[in-house]
Amino acid sequence: MLNLSKKNSQPEDKTERKSLFERFKEGLSKTKEKLSSTLGEIFVVEKLIDLAFLEELEEKLILSDLGVETTMALLDPFKNKILKGEPVTTSDLKRELKRISLNLLADYEKPFPPDGKPGVLFFLGVNGVGKTTTIAKLALKLKEANKKVLLIAGDTFRAAAIDQLKKWGERLNIPVVAQQEGADASSVIYQGLEKALREDYDFVLIDTAGRLHTKYNLMEELKKMYRVMDKLVPREKRVNLLVLDATTGQNAISQAEHFSKAIPIDALIITKMDGTAKGGIALAVSHKYKLPILFIGLGEKAEDLLAFDKEAFISAILPD
Amino acid sequence: MFENLSERLEKALAGFRDRGKLSPDDIKKGLREIRLALLEADVNYRVVKDFLARIEARALSAEVLESLTPFQQIVKIVYDELVNTLGGKAQGLNLSTKPTVILLAGLQGSGKTTTAGKLALFLKKRGHNPLLVSTDVYRPAAIEQLKILSQKINIPFFDASPSEGALEIANNAFKMAKNTGRDVLIVDTAGRLHIDEDLMEELQSLKESLKPVETLLVADAMMGQDAVNVAKTFHERVGLTGIILTKVEGDARGGAALSMKEVTGCPIKFLGVGEKLEALEVFHPERLASRILGMGDMLTLIEKAQEAIDFRKAKDLEKKIKKMQFDLEDLRDQLQQMKKLGSVRDILRFLPGLGNKLQNLPIDEREILKMEAILNSMTPQERRNPHIINASRKRRIAKGSGTTVQDVNKLLKSFEEMKAIMKQFKNPGKMQGLLRRVLGI
Repeated sequence: MLNLSKKNSQPEDKTERKSLFERFKEGLSKTKEKLSSTLGEIFVVEKLIDLAFLEELEEKLILSDLGVETTMALLDPFKNKILKGEPVTTSDLKRELKRISLNLLADYEKPFPPDGKPGVLFFLGVNGVGKTTTIAKLALKLKEANKKVLLIAGDTFRAAAIDQLKKWGERLNIPVVAQQEGADASSVIYQGLEKALREDYDFVLIDTAGRLHTKYNLMEELKKMYRVMDKLVPREKRVNLLVLDATTGQNAISQAEHFSKAIPIDALIITKMDGTAKGGIALAVSHKYKLPILFIGLGEKAEDLLAFDKEAFISAILPD
Repeated sequence: MFENLSERLEKALAGFRDRGKLSPDDIKKGLREIRLALLEADVNYRVVKDFLARIEARALSAEVLESLTPFQQIVKIVYDELVNTLGGKAQGLNLSTKPTVILLAGLQGSGKTTTAGKLALFLKKRGHNPLLVSTDVYRPAAIEQLKILSQKINIPFFDASPSEGALEIANNAFKMAKNTGRDVLIVDTAGRLHIDEDLMEELQSLKESLKPVETLLVADAMMGQDAVNVAKTFHERVGLTGIILTKVEGDARGGAALSMKEVTGCPIKFLGVGEKLEALEVFHPERLASRILGMGDMLTLIEKAQEAIDFRKAKDLEKKIKKMQFDLEDLRDQLQQMKKLGSVRDILRFLPGLGNKLQNLPIDEREILKMEAILNSMTPQERRNPHIINASRKRRIAKGSGTTVQDVNKLLKSFEEMKAIMKQFKNPGKMQGLLRRVLGI
């Protein structure tokens, strides 16, 4: 079966499971190194914590882009305990932080990718988050699982965006439905979905132009694409994926809010987790908008797109 | 721009407003609010710390504590420190050598290629002859992208194939710039992570070979706490001369702008403010500081108006209004010129004291589009002589513009009202204000 998400990958052998887990942790090592070493420093000695300790922790969490709100939400229960004079030890704090953070991350409840002939994956996001590259990576994975995959070049705005997807199509030997630059994106999508239905494709991956979430017209265009898809493929066979850049700060919250106002978002993909950005915002967005994270991007190669694993993510961020 | 930060800061400062005199405690409380505002805007944690320390030191001085108008003093201090943190005076490009090489670098997806096109157009408009080249041999169709952009703005492009090396392409482009008398060479590079050793070495070799006068980091304004690490590492590896912030037109919170200069010492030189190739603004720290503090930015608005408005037409219009010959044709012109300035919301943001209060005001830009559609569906004769528009013409116009006869009537009625008001004032300077009033926006 497809080894794309945890839910979907039950009958696999132990070594493979481990390697995926290890690979995930390895890729996150920079994240882990940074955050856990800084946290590690203050967590070395088992001791009772005080307010100054919490303040130090607050700095670390904010520096990892967790945001003021989430940081407070995480730390306030401990602060209250300390203020009431209850003893809290560093190991209590560590254990609890891990538990709470795990709870903050939403779960993906449906099977992924959706069965459907075609199952449709619709990629959205602001400019430059890595939508096209992510599509190429995911398409390769699906193809390697012997699925019949079609790409649709829905970014008809940016210069050479269509060429970019077409070149990926050539490299991966996957057909690409495209029109010329400036064409109506909805019309390309309609044409692509018709082809997929006619020719019995398993999965369709749709690229869209990067759009800042504050632009009214571009959000309206998105709604139109959504309506066009409604005509050909039922909603339950489609997954709307919001792609977020891990280096983004608190603005990611605004992105999630505006995009979900335009059309329902099903899940997130976090890209560029291989830099020094800690991606703390992923936690905040996932929690605030109940959006599960499906994949994270840890590099340029296809194998660098990894199924998201909650436990691994949290234990890579928080020290063991 | 940076409305979120602006709103929070104004709120924090408002706490000082109604106090006749400030105690050290009041100040500390206010500063806590400012701290939260900055942190929520992604300003780097350490930059916030230093920023507040400086403000606190000045705010706790006898000057403020004993002042009878402490609010103004505090605002002044915050303004000064904002300007400082943002980089003081605006810094232009150094274009002293010929050809001047401008090297653009940055993370993936920060907007380097679009910025290269924008910068080329910016320089062309100011009398330079730039040559564009892309050394991004990694991302599929990256070279193609800049090539298409260069064709759109009609600026020469040094074409190359991804099979050549980045360095080779750059050196050949430099030769071409020299031989063809181009005075600026803008070099786009592949997006790279600041911790990618191979690609950072490539960037260093580009820098050594091309000896660019300007090495600019192109960075996404929405970046979080990591912005300072990225800027610092790029600066350490290749020596930056400035920063261009992109995607500023969204609701970026401004943290990157406030942090990067402070940490690297490199000035922010430009802001990317839209998808159009004209959307590049020179960065003025004072103006941004005053916008952040809700004090407006009339200078930028005036500059924008000077670029967008056709003054010959404006003169004509003035005459027409005086003679009361203003017709729908002129109204259409006016609307089009206003549109060139940006959306109504954009324009209002520049005005002192209005900036944030309009955030949630439902300004319907579509009303203006509708008006334009109606006007466009009229014949020139109808626009010059609105009185000939009878019921049948109205039906045709409504159909043609995708509106209703009621919409057409509304526009005609507004126009009559507008004329009536003009008769009273006969003052062309009030034109924009009148338009706003009559359009009900």
